[in-house]
Amino acid sequence: MAATYEPIATTTLGSAASSITFSSIPSTYTDLRVVLTTTATSAFYGKLTFNGDTGANYSETWIDGSGSAAASGRNSSNNWLYISQRQIQTGQPQLITTDIFSYAGSTYKTALETYNQDQNGSGWVGSQVGLWRSTAAITSITYTTSTSTFTAGTTATLYGIKSA
Amino acid sequence: MANTYTLISSNTLSSSAASVTFSSIPATYTDLVLRVSARGDAATQAPNFDIFLNSDTTSKYSATWLQGSGSSVVSSSASNASYGRGSITDGATETSNTFSSSEFYFPNYNSTAAKPYSIITVEETNATAAYMQAYASLYRGTSGISTISLSTASGGYNFVAGSSFYLYGIKNS
Repeated sequence: MAATYEPIATTTLGSAASSITFSSIPSTYTDLRVVLTTTATSAFYGKLTFNGDTGANYSETWIDGSGSAAASGRNSSNNWLYISQRQIQTGQPQLITTDIFSYAGSTYKTALETYNQDQNGSGWVGSQVGLWRSTAAITSITYTTSTSTFTAGTTATLYGIKSA
Repeated sequence: MANTYTLISSNTLSSSAASVTFSSIPATYTDLVLRVSARGDAATQAPNFDIFLNSDTTSKYSATWLQGSGSSVVSSSASNASYGRGSITDGATETSNTFSSSEFYFPNYNSTAAKPYSIITVEETNATAAYMQAYASLYRGTSGISTISLSTASGGYNFVAGSSFYLYGIKNS
């Protein structure tokens, strides 16, 4: 049986870094998924961009909970997608997932992100849908920090999913 | 290429049971995915079940969650708990032949550090309220996960026959 869920690339940071990039992504899959586990050197907002595009071509709608309150919001005409609407924390590791659908197609691209940031006494859980208004196939995915760095030990894996 | 997403074990109940356990989980994968379709015999709506990792009943579990009911949304949390907040089932008072759906994702389950994991769980019933929940969970045990147990014992009910549980392993290379 042909493989339908394949690892394309994986990164484990040996030292702190301000960005993680997957490049030269083949167009032979249908969807992509990134699984990122990380902590912050000091708390920061993480950003996600495609194909190095830092133009105002991103928007997102999100919902999340703090453990005491739920919230929802929107960002439009941004220069990136947030990987979480809340700062990546120091302390306990956090799980961020990104699903990108029909990434090689010729329509605008949608991404579904979840953020799981429980810190044993504080934290966030959230989900958001993002839109990148570009008809280009996605060939690179970059996670960057607004300030600070991803800590050593951060892992990120890019998977390709085939529909047939 | 070797299979990346592999079924490790499955269990479909032929009779009711208070717990389901996956043991001797091989350490050869990177992440684990547990998918559950469950119904309980509790005479309540959406009873929860608990999760235990490595049979650990010490206060190493915590979670932050978000719940929608169809008319409202709330968020809550638990810290230093002796069990992991599991998931929800359709209860005996809900639409018959209806089972909840849940997915647990355990990244880097062999890590010797604290392990975050996610849960998305939904139940449906033809009524004015049904629940879906998203959990950001954390297990602060420092051993790799070799056993996963799901238990209804704290709620005093059982999973019913037909409830199914599938454990998959994912390799990142």
